[in-house]
Amino acid sequence: MNVNSNSYTYAFAIGLVVVVAAALAVAATGLKPAQDANIELEKKANILSSIGLTGEDPAAMYEEVIKEQLVLLNGQVVEGKQPGTIDMAEAVALPIEQREVPLYVAETNGETYYIIPVRGKGLWGPIWGYLSLKSDGKTVYGAKFDHKSETPGLGAEIATPMFTDQFPNKVVFTDTYTGIEVRKGDASGDQQVDGISGGTITSVGVQAMLENCLKPYQAYLAARNVPAAAPTTTDTLTVAAL
Amino acid sequence: MSTEVKTQEKEGLFSKKNRKLLTDPFNESNPITVQVLGICSALAITVKMKPALVMGLSVMVVTAFSNLITSLIRNYIPNRIRIIVQLVVVAALVIIVDQILKAYVYDVSKQLSVFVGLIITNCIIMGRIEAFSLGNPPWKSFLDGIGNGAGYGAILLVVAFFRELLGSGTLFDFPILEPLGIYELGYKNNGMMLLPPMALIMLALVIWAQRARTKSLIEKE
Repeated sequence: MNVNSNSYTYAFAIGLVVVVAAALAVAATGLKPAQDANIELEKKANILSSIGLTGEDPAAMYEEVIKEQLVLLNGQVVEGKQPGTIDMAEAVALPIEQREVPLYVAETNGETYYIIPVRGKGLWGPIWGYLSLKSDGKTVYGAKFDHKSETPGLGAEIATPMFTDQFPNKVVFTDTYTGIEVRKGDASGDQQVDGISGGTITSVGVQAMLENCLKPYQAYLAARNVPAAAPTTTDTLTVAAL
Repeated sequence: MSTEVKTQEKEGLFSKKNRKLLTDPFNESNPITVQVLGICSALAITVKMKPALVMGLSVMVVTAFSNLITSLIRNYIPNRIRIIVQLVVVAALVIIVDQILKAYVYDVSKQLSVFVGLIITNCIIMGRIEAFSLGNPPWKSFLDGIGNGAGYGAILLVVAFFRELLGSGTLFDFPILEPLGIYELGYKNNGMMLLPPMALIMLALVIWAQRARTKSLIEKE
């Protein structure tokens, strides 16, 4: 057999590729469950860290703290659906009226927190995070952002405490979405935070992400937090809130 | 197909020659300090000991098995697509290593990020395949791979040791300087140690130390 003949070369290349492809397929499928478990665990840790909780065992803490996992559509709870089934990347691209969005309700130290996943675009790729609201459903309690490929030292700084520590106590809802504006240097008051020098597009991306992702929750959170004496039929409440 | 029949005499698994394959890369033919290969990743992931250790082990696994596999099929590889075949073997191994890291040491795999994928382009691996495993039997090639991977990992750990100790005051994330009371003497963590330039300087110091010790490495004027 001539190792350097054309036909042998082709046959060898094809054979090699088939063997390698099979090996990779086996590895990828076999390790998928463990990898998915890691991603799920990281997600839980991120959800918890948006309300300032960190610990050795995020899974157990998550079980203890997160009381409700809801899916909302147009301010109403979609029965029998779990947030895990929602692909945020697809969800945020839909118009707000058609969007099913997840909401996590946490209770710790006697306080209720609403945790909202957000996702948007940075400069180079997706940015995402979790924003937690206090029990009034309007005031920010904490924020946690992450990114795929923003520039280190510039856009990537949105993931640092320097940026996220500005969010607590900002007011995102009054009767409508009032939002958080990312400003250049002169942030003040309840609705503004300082952007990142050199990370303008990422900063603006955060602002757009928050607006796009928080709006769908406004009706539900307002309805949920009306004082107990108010009328109780959900329909009226939703209309009033809108 | 080459029909040369190897007529070597029987050699022990860890004969003197074979042991030399393992130990040489630590000294006279260290891939980083002597051959100056694989510098890029050596600079990038030596801020902390743990990623450096995982990276060293990953490279060792890849060099060892890519050497072994290419050596096993060395007589069947068509010469014209030799490099492509090597790349396919190395790339497949790296992807498998990456998948395993993602499954079992997720936090470290996040720290190593792109550098695991970039093991494919690490010159040490292709260098060892071309220079050694294509012309040597599998067991020797395997040892050579282990030796070179370990030699690479050892230098990574030396550089990471100083960078983490002086830059963060820890080793493998355990605080070292604080219990020793070094901070009370007025030492502050040196942020410069965490930046890429210090990796280069540390590496240069290691090379200097090695050349001073091993006279045979010093070039004649």
